[in-house]
Amino acid sequence: MRRLSSTDTAPEAEATPEAPRDDLREGLLARLREELGDAVVDSHIRPGDDLWVRVTREAWVDAAVVAKDKLHCTFFDFLSGLDWLPSPYGRDMDSQEDLLVHGAPEKEPAPMVSGYAGGDTRFQVFCRFYAPTKGYGITFKADLPDDDLSVRTLVPVFAGANWHERECAEMFGFTFVGHPQPWHLYLPTGFEGFPLRKDFPLLARRLKPWPGIVDVEPMPGEDEGDGDGEGGEG
Amino acid sequence: MILAELLDLDPAYWTTTVIKILVMALVVPTTALILGIVFLFKMMSWMQSRVGPQEAGPKGLLQLLADGVKFMQKEDIVPDRADRFVFKMAPMVVLVSTFLLFVILPAAPDAVVADLPTGVYFALAISSVSVIGVLMAGWASANKYALMGGVRAAGQLIAYELPMVLAVVGVVIQAGTLNMNGIVAAQNSFHLFGWEVLNVPFIVTQLPMFFVFMAATQAELTQPPFDMPVAESELVSGYTVEYSGFRFLLFFLAEFATAFAFAGIAATLFLGGYALPFVDIEQYADLYWFLGPAVLFGKIMLISFLIFWVRFTYPRFREDQLQRIAWKFLIPISLVWLAVTAIAKVVW
Amino acid sequence: MTAPTESQQLAYIAQQAADSRVNLEFETDEGMTLNIGPQHPATHGTLRIVAKLDGEQVISCEPSPGYMHRGYEKLAEVRTYTQVNTLVNRIDWLGSFANEVPFILAAEKLMEIEAPPRAQHIRAILFELSRIANIALFLGDLGAQLGGVTAVFYAFRDREFVLNQIESVTGGRFHPNFDRIGGLKDDLPKGWIAETKAAMEKLRDFCDELETLLIGNEIFQLRTRGVGVIPPEVALSYGLSGANLRGSGVDWDLRRDACPPGLPYDKIDWKVWTHPDCDSFSRSWVRLQEVRESTFIVDQLLDSIPAGPVMAKVPRIIKVPEGEAYVETENPLGAMGYYVVSKGDLVPFRVKIRSASFSNVSIVPWVCRGVYVPDVITILASLYFILGDIDR
Repeated sequence: MRRLSSTDTAPEAEATPEAPRDDLREGLLARLREELGDAVVDSHIRPGDDLWVRVTREAWVDAAVVAKDKLHCTFFDFLSGLDWLPSPYGRDMDSQEDLLVHGAPEKEPAPMVSGYAGGDTRFQVFCRFYAPTKGYGITFKADLPDDDLSVRTLVPVFAGANWHERECAEMFGFTFVGHPQPWHLYLPTGFEGFPLRKDFPLLARRLKPWPGIVDVEPMPGEDEGDGDGEGGEG
Repeated sequence: MILAELLDLDPAYWTTTVIKILVMALVVPTTALILGIVFLFKMMSWMQSRVGPQEAGPKGLLQLLADGVKFMQKEDIVPDRADRFVFKMAPMVVLVSTFLLFVILPAAPDAVVADLPTGVYFALAISSVSVIGVLMAGWASANKYALMGGVRAAGQLIAYELPMVLAVVGVVIQAGTLNMNGIVAAQNSFHLFGWEVLNVPFIVTQLPMFFVFMAATQAELTQPPFDMPVAESELVSGYTVEYSGFRFLLFFLAEFATAFAFAGIAATLFLGGYALPFVDIEQYADLYWFLGPAVLFGKIMLISFLIFWVRFTYPRFREDQLQRIAWKFLIPISLVWLAVTAIAKVVW
Repeated sequence: MTAPTESQQLAYIAQQAADSRVNLEFETDEGMTLNIGPQHPATHGTLRIVAKLDGEQVISCEPSPGYMHRGYEKLAEVRTYTQVNTLVNRIDWLGSFANEVPFILAAEKLMEIEAPPRAQHIRAILFELSRIANIALFLGDLGAQLGGVTAVFYAFRDREFVLNQIESVTGGRFHPNFDRIGGLKDDLPKGWIAETKAAMEKLRDFCDELETLLIGNEIFQLRTRGVGVIPPEVALSYGLSGANLRGSGVDWDLRRDACPPGLPYDKIDWKVWTHPDCDSFSRSWVRLQEVRESTFIVDQLLDSIPAGPVMAKVPRIIKVPEGEAYVETENPLGAMGYYVVSKGDLVPFRVKIRSASFSNVSIVPWVCRGVYVPDVITILASLYFILGDIDR
């Protein structure tokens, strides 16, 4: 049986945490930098696991082409958006658990922090390609400036991007330039607002407060962080 | 006639007609009930390892009656944009063709509603009338699924009319008559190779025709594997999609009664009808008044079992595939066997 | 965006729900437009497929999902990790436990913990059981879609054995909600291993039965062979996964090729089935073989369950450290992954759910062009989607 224990990727690399270096993904990153030049803005590698690459918005399609043609990433995994704005509504639940952890409902929004491979803008579009024959995936990110949330479509490169981009467009309000079917996928025609943006209120929570969680009260005499090894909760 | 003699009656024309109508009105729904309960409910559930209806009546035997009552109570819905008159008439047309099919089916030498000299062809002609009803239903429903189902049904029924006719022609050539009673009598007195011990029905000599006839029957009944017109997972029951309540019940009744009638025709043409081998019709004419219906019923149930066995087992053909089967497979077979039959008839 | 007031939003949503004429883009004048769904037996729920027909032939067709969208990605942002687990159960409702696994693994990856070996084994067993429960129903449903109603009853009958086993461990037949960060909620009940082995025997019989009744049936082969051909490059670029990809001849199974840590598939000897024909038949055939292979995997896993706890030491209130993780596993419907972004809070900051059916169904417009209407049903049935997996 072929590659039963997938020796070239995850398990081996994780078995040696003292050497957090991943030659495979370093090589991929070097290749990407070579092909795309300055368009690779930032990157992040979690050894033995994954590779994040942030490219400029202009190089979005080029990055996909390079990944597909040069790096064997022929499998289109997914495409979606990220909104790094901390939710102005908090968690929408003033539950017992919140009170337990925070002491009081937290209303002050936290500063905006981007994730792996950084980011300068509130919105990012991100997608992931996978190389079925090689066993690695690459996650690409691109910053979208607030005044122009548009990026070129990936449909000519990966036909499967069609639905993912439509979903992303209606949920985040991005524009995918050149998309063959630029209308809503899930939402009704004419729906206002972009539900997955952090400032879109979760109406159910606004109308009826979360009833709260009653079964996570700490046991008497038990410190936080002391799992008992029998069950997670309850 | 024996009954008339027994009762010392010489009934008038209108009396016999009324009696015949009453008998038909009783027989046709009963046959549909029997097939529905025995095969659709009981046999199907045993084949599919489940129990089937249990509650209504002993062992759920009255389930279909209960369903019928339920259908009667339902609102008679006619779609807004439907052609109301045609929509309402369509199930009647289908049911009329079903009723007329029973007319020529002999259950004993004299127990037949209309002993037509061209009985077989009357049956085949009448069975085509249901196509009109189906088309009416499909068109008048103002529903795309119904329309597609109706058109598919029309194409299929017409395509399978031909192999069915050819299959019947084989029997007709061998029997030398178009009359149903004549065909039964011919089988009753038929000896293969002239040997007395081989008093066999026509299925032995017309075996390929029997298969062609059964395949065509299956298609005429729009049952799997030929149920493309009603394909419930695809056309959502095709031309019956907009029907509910009483009118749907009529379609249901027509479907199962037609199955019974076709099984009866097949039993008559190929299995010797109401007659048993070695039990001469003319000699035991009185006995056949009681034996005939029972024998015919047994044979019909046997053939119905085949029809429903296939129905519950096979997936369905695609529309073009079933047309291909009719034109490229069934018709050549029946033509070849027709030639064989004709030559054999001339030689013997 | 200036957020409208709540009452405005609510009124708007109510109006949209009342307006049945949504997605007007699909209604055009050319040809006959046939709406397959949203209420149609072939759509496994409420998928709507708008097909433009020329007679019986499909000129173009366009699926229009969203009639059952539940907004799990949004809901996940206000729920704790354990609560999200309950949500994701409802994505692919026929193999619910399989939905939990990648999410829990992603959370475990962020927390850098791993479940004890016994928990990993039981997790894999339940994972395979839900695969069997899911695909067994697919095989039956395939028969129903093609007109052979008997197969679906056989499927329901034998799927019951698997559901009973899942129920006796988790307490839930449909939505186990059993997986926890760091292990499992409970250990196996007594006598479960022997019962499951007996159930696996029955499932193998079921596979043999369906192989003769359905997959080997001449009419079935007539209907499916050469229908809905998807070449491997197209399948990959559309992101098809699972049996749909292996039915196109791509030898790729995440369980074997990229098994995430936390599932013991590398300790088992099994085979990944592929079929080179790329048509509806090959997809169905691969799925049948997969069920059978899964029963063998379960047998091997049952034989090699290690002793020990089923829960690692995790804090009672789980706060996942900051970071991003993507874990993808080979689910019954295909590759299913969760991209979890954590900000070190009780709740995930963002969960992107990559569900298999979403990508699998997006190929429908490509593959259904020019086929006959009955073939649309065959292709949809062989692509095998669950509506909850499209409308997350």
